[in-house]
Amino acid sequence: MQTATTDAGAPVLQARGIGKVFGQHRALDGVDFEARAGEVHALLGENGAGKSTLIKILTGAYQPDEGEVLLNGAPVAFRDPLQAQAQGIGTVYQEVNLLPNRSVAENLFLGHQPTRFGLIRKSVIEARAREVLATYGLEIDVRAELGSYSVAIQQIVAIARAVELSGKVLVLDEPTASLDRNEVQRMFDVVERLKKRGLAIIFITHFLDQVFALSDRVTILRNGRKVGTERLQDVTATDVVRMMLGKDLAFEHHPTGINEGPTGPVRVEFNGLGKAGRVAPFSLKLHEGEVVGVAGLLGSGRTEMARLMFGVDLPDSGQVSVDGKPTTIRNPAQAVAAGFGFCPEDRKLDGIFGDLSVRENIIIALQAKLGWFRALNRDEQDEIAGQYAEALDIRAANHDMPVKLLSGGNQQKVILARWLAIDPSFLILDEPTRGIDVGAHAEIVRTINRLREDGLALLVISSELDEVVAYSNRIVVMRDRELVAELSGEDIAPAVIVKAIAENNTGAA
Amino acid sequence: MSIIRKLALAAGVGALLSSAAWADGLQGKVIGFSQIGSESGWRAAETSVTKQQAADRGVDLKFADAQQKQENQIKAIRGFIAQGVDAILVAPVVSTGWEEVLTEAQEAGIPVVLLDRGVDAPQELYLTSVASDQVKEGRVAGDWLVSTVGDKECKVVELQGTVGSSPAINRKQGFEEAIAGHANVTIIRSQTGDFTRSKGKEVMEGFLKAEGGGAGICAVYAHNDDMAVGAIQAIKDAGLKPGTDILVVSIDAVPDIFAAMVAGEANATVELTPDMAGPAFDALDAYLNGGTVPEKFIITESKLYTPADDPQGEYDRRKGLGY
Amino acid sequence: MKLRNLSFALRPQYAALVAVLLINWLLFPGFFNITWQDGRLFGSVIDVLNRGAPVAILAVGMTAVIATKGVDLSVGAVMAIAGAVAATMVTAGFPALLAVAAALAIGLACGLWNGVLVTLLDMQPIIATLVLMVAGRGLAQLVTEGSIVTFADPVLIFIGTGSFLGLPTPVVIALALAVLATLAVRRTALGLMIEAVGVNRSAARFAGISSRVLLIVVYAFAGFCAAVAGLIVAGDIRGADANNAGLWLELDAILAVVIGGTSLLGGRFSIPMSVLGAMIIQAMNTGILISGFSPEFNLVVKSAVIILILVLQSPMAARMVARKPAAPEPAAARRTAR
Repeated sequence: MQTATTDAGAPVLQARGIGKVFGQHRALDGVDFEARAGEVHALLGENGAGKSTLIKILTGAYQPDEGEVLLNGAPVAFRDPLQAQAQGIGTVYQEVNLLPNRSVAENLFLGHQPTRFGLIRKSVIEARAREVLATYGLEIDVRAELGSYSVAIQQIVAIARAVELSGKVLVLDEPTASLDRNEVQRMFDVVERLKKRGLAIIFITHFLDQVFALSDRVTILRNGRKVGTERLQDVTATDVVRMMLGKDLAFEHHPTGINEGPTGPVRVEFNGLGKAGRVAPFSLKLHEGEVVGVAGLLGSGRTEMARLMFGVDLPDSGQVSVDGKPTTIRNPAQAVAAGFGFCPEDRKLDGIFGDLSVRENIIIALQAKLGWFRALNRDEQDEIAGQYAEALDIRAANHDMPVKLLSGGNQQKVILARWLAIDPSFLILDEPTRGIDVGAHAEIVRTINRLREDGLALLVISSELDEVVAYSNRIVVMRDRELVAELSGEDIAPAVIVKAIAENNTGAA
Repeated sequence: MSIIRKLALAAGVGALLSSAAWADGLQGKVIGFSQIGSESGWRAAETSVTKQQAADRGVDLKFADAQQKQENQIKAIRGFIAQGVDAILVAPVVSTGWEEVLTEAQEAGIPVVLLDRGVDAPQELYLTSVASDQVKEGRVAGDWLVSTVGDKECKVVELQGTVGSSPAINRKQGFEEAIAGHANVTIIRSQTGDFTRSKGKEVMEGFLKAEGGGAGICAVYAHNDDMAVGAIQAIKDAGLKPGTDILVVSIDAVPDIFAAMVAGEANATVELTPDMAGPAFDALDAYLNGGTVPEKFIITESKLYTPADDPQGEYDRRKGLGY
Repeated sequence: MKLRNLSFALRPQYAALVAVLLINWLLFPGFFNITWQDGRLFGSVIDVLNRGAPVAILAVGMTAVIATKGVDLSVGAVMAIAGAVAATMVTAGFPALLAVAAALAIGLACGLWNGVLVTLLDMQPIIATLVLMVAGRGLAQLVTEGSIVTFADPVLIFIGTGSFLGLPTPVVIALALAVLATLAVRRTALGLMIEAVGVNRSAARFAGISSRVLLIVVYAFAGFCAAVAGLIVAGDIRGADANNAGLWLELDAILAVVIGGTSLLGGRFSIPMSVLGAMIIQAMNTGILISGFSPEFNLVVKSAVIILILVLQSPMAARMVARKPAAPEPAAARRTAR
């Protein structure tokens, strides 16, 4: 493991007590952060932890509601990313934001060409480009189109451009996500060079091994708050995972006593289900009256697993059987016909129909299952919507109002109601408590327990370890797009889960 | 007499009998024709008449359809120049942007004749242009109406072509000139029917309603026959007899207006001849074989047709031309 | 329910139609005169209905397409194809009913083609239907060989200019189609499915809706409607004019749908309101024709009136006019439109 021996550099970019609120949702709350000259500072957190909001504030895309940003000790208020860039903060994203059909040299200096009497001088630009790229260990034909090079080289050109234009702070936002292992190494070499030149580098990724390989310090965010900043030489992967998944966890066996093991018969069985590049083949049985929790970091393949089960993505191997009968599931419509339900992680994108009414949002899956010609009439719709709205305590002024006017928690309950209305035998919940307030949070957890008691088979994906532990009969752990552990009984404890996630963390690239 | 002298004599007699001085003067000549496309029945007829004329005269016609694009026409003309044709006919799709390619043709010594439309280019760049006189077309229609109604009061409704198009402007002007001295003939309503049958019918319906069911309308003047055919149907739907209760005069002489004449529902049409190639070939014949430089603007005849001019025969004759 | 009906009557589209009709009446006092003549109603108002029928029929199909967040630019060209096919067949001696069936089948096939491009090839609707918009007119010209194919077939002429119970056949056809389509989408779950796909196609997939089949059906229906409109337009002038039949009518149909209150972003839709939108457009056209204004003013007047209508029905205007909370609430308003 590569760790820095010094943190002697002076703070270049500092954030103090940053708070940011979107509507009713608090995205950041009192977050402190600093990046020092000559260090690589990793920023970690699950989806919704506040990483991207913090980065957007540091790079001028958002303005903070509370707190201040300091550059070299002086408070700054960037209007936009261009201003931040002009003052020394450059950003490189996963998707290269350059012009693939222009030459490398042009891309490097676009908008900032060295000119003479107002004329762009090609030969000068090209010579300068060669010079600059040489300092990154890159010797390529700078006259060739950028698009003719690999993504890794394009990334390095993007980094070089950001550093040339800015020069103090470099923000790398998931830069390695589309690179292979050799390319990642090449990128790391470049980052090492820049570190030696005294840049402050902020590194955002969800690959733990890369954090340890490259970074000096790590700051971990969770639910909009800072969990801590640690020197990586002082912590283990397990520590980091624990911080990401549950800062307030009481690391002991949970007391609910529900994990005695399933009693009901097998409801659904997935046998060797997999899709190349998404999830390695896995097998899993779910029983009646059983909750199986899925733990794993972002990008570990947990959502991909659920999508395969529900036919959103087409598996290229494996079989499914429901109540012992082989069943074909090649699209969500077939999954719904088989009695499956799926509350997706991205509620807004994949879940709610914003302009449709609460009532229509609740009955839509049942109606899809019934088909076009067996339309539920208005009275039936009202009855079903009323029944589940009451059961789940959905708070809406009336059921004819557009669902987009409801709060996040109530929207989540509407989607849950939609699936309960089809009387499902197997329900997948992907991050059911994300982005909803604490009260609704507890209600959803209570509902999960009630559904279990009603005999449903449930698969619940969650980054909230304390929650998963509280309601799961069994827990499967995903890592690097693979199902790596199945925990039951005594093993359903945060410490064991964290260990399973962090164990052998040899690279997810 | 030797056979040769007999042939020479026969040729001489033939030449005397023929309307043109050099009857088979274009025999074997290669002539390129860049046509706009086939956007209307008239255009299709022009193409087929041109091909027929070429075949009759033994001309090797190289035909190029530009599909409404000037760039295609310029390409075609350059192709003709490269092939070393004897002459080029062009029906230009737009009026501007021709100078360069016309200069190229001139430098190659190839005469160019414009068909049916003019261009904004120096006149010395082309040999001549063959076109109809749209103002005259309107005037012939107006003259017919004036002489037909005599001193009687006659309220006319006008179906204009597409607003702003040159045939609409000119045909309106010509008609107005013709009725100018006759206070008994007045245009009471004028609207655009976009040169189409369905709009002609719709506009005529409106006119009939607005003018008390059509009782006050003496005649309809349509800028083309298609609108007149639509108007005839509207008049019939309103319970009146087109051609009798309301006179119908229009321009173009397409086959369907002759069918209406046969049925007694149309009274007059002014021909926009599709035979632009005939005068063009005549001019080229005179120029290539006799060195006679033709006039810069050759105006085709604007012939008036009425039910007295064998409409059934005209219908049959035109039906085959691709209208 | 009573309150809802009240807000229904206050919708800007009704106000717009009444205003346009009133202006027509001021310009031409005989506008509302209707007489009985040759066994049919006769008058300017009847002309509005009759002339508006083709666009209304297009709008019926277009409404469903737009509700799925799509658009069909090819309907004008499909009209030309349908007219060309029917006219060419009857002049070639085929029985009229066969010609009509063939024209409708070809319209359906054109719609299926669009649906396949949009769903299976996942092309953007505006591009996918642009293909047929451009190529379709060319196809129609191929069928007619560039000329107007005139016919005298009584069945086709009846479709275009006949009358049924005193009303022009096109009006009866448009009315029947609009009523049947409204029943088909509202008495079944089709309407809800269309709205769901239009609001959020991804969520529709997750909810188990087969959006591909749905989209193909919707585009096929739009093609069918276009073929019906094409038959009417051809029958009206007793000829198939491949160059001009349905030219730019796709834009009028889109406008009718928008005036009717269906958003181009998909979702909530109302077929009757789209038909009303078509009538507003035609009332305006007829008004311009009988007003006696010089034709140079046609487009300016038309666009000014359209802007006025669209501003009146914008959410901003609704907020300014209706301070009371009941009126602008979309779900309640739509319910009564069913």
